[in-house]
Amino acid sequence: MTLRSRLLAVLGAAVVIAGVAGAGLYLRSWLAPAAGEGASLNRPFTLTRGDGAVVTDETYRGKWLLVYFGYTYCPDACPTALNAIAEAMEKLGPEAATVQPLFITIDPERDTPAVMGQYVKSFDPRIVGLTGTDGQIAAVAKEYQVYYKRRDVEGGPYLMDHTSLIYVVDPAGALVRFLGGGSSGERIAQHLRELMSRTS
Amino acid sequence: MMRLIAGLALLFLTVLPALAQSGSPSTLEVKQVWARATPAGAKTGAIYLTVVNGTQSDDKILSASTSAASTAQLHTMIDDNGVMKMRELPSIEVKAGSTVMLKPGGMHVMLMGLTQPLKPGDSFPLTLQFEKGGKMELTVTVTKAGAMGVGDMGGMGNMPGMGNMPGHDMGSMGGHGTGGKQN
Repeated sequence: MTLRSRLLAVLGAAVVIAGVAGAGLYLRSWLAPAAGEGASLNRPFTLTRGDGAVVTDETYRGKWLLVYFGYTYCPDACPTALNAIAEAMEKLGPEAATVQPLFITIDPERDTPAVMGQYVKSFDPRIVGLTGTDGQIAAVAKEYQVYYKRRDVEGGPYLMDHTSLIYVVDPAGALVRFLGGGSSGERIAQHLRELMSRTS
Repeated sequence: MMRLIAGLALLFLTVLPALAQSGSPSTLEVKQVWARATPAGAKTGAIYLTVVNGTQSDDKILSASTSAASTAQLHTMIDDNGVMKMRELPSIEVKAGSTVMLKPGGMHVMLMGLTQPLKPGDSFPLTLQFEKGGKMELTVTVTKAGAMGVGDMGGMGNMPGMGNMPGHDMGSMGGHGTGGKQN
């Protein structure tokens, strides 16, 4: 190894380390406000429920939220996540009374309030399905840094690429954690219990 | 003498191929064919299944069709840093001697334009077209909406015989480096 290639290797490593540290810091700052600063990191939204009622993030203040973004034409990832959420609600038993699961569509064109309201009931009647105008959906997706993109399919309905994460929002409205869309109901319940025990 | 030779030739022509076929498990088998019950109003669904290629040659699922939907496509899910991207596959390869599982979060037969909702306990036909194995007619069993596997049908005594079946399957799938997708 020449001095030059060694120098380059060291430099490369430094860049990687800085990148990882930067990403970590970014994630931390995105997730929760620093303690005691009282900074509000609420993620505002205005959306429409299955029964046509308009709700906002403030509607659910005081509850733990499990927020999942998806769409009803989704045959695999969304039913998996929604079922896990339904299972978590079951496992939480009486503690589930303080938890509100929200399923927010990223496909408002096809997912009308009626479609969303009907769809979520198949998993658990406690899950609320929310939709909105293109602008409202774009706004809430931006708040949660959810990526979504329409993809047309030959010979079938269009599909959506979308972020498949389950977000946990605390009763004050702060996003405190996110879990993989493939998490089991048991794992989601465990995370909620742990978070609840910290604050009570 | 001629008759003996002719007799021997006949033996080679008829018995030996039969022996070769009946020897080790040399069949292409599709099992645990299931779909989740679809949520109310859903227009799409997914079929999951396991292909065991016990033959000596690589094979491929080329296409799928069913009367339960207007379109059936071979799909896979790509988890791109938390973004789920569903993509159509031109075919699903099943190498000789390997087991490939289509399961939630991975590959599946995507159903579009369901003719009617899939209800737990229902069953419907599925045809898979293999490159070498030809057409295979199968029956899809519908499980509850959020099921993760064919054994996950709610209620323990639901499927008599399931108790020893999965163990059997695991034996041939697990850890033998069959080339099946394991994650």
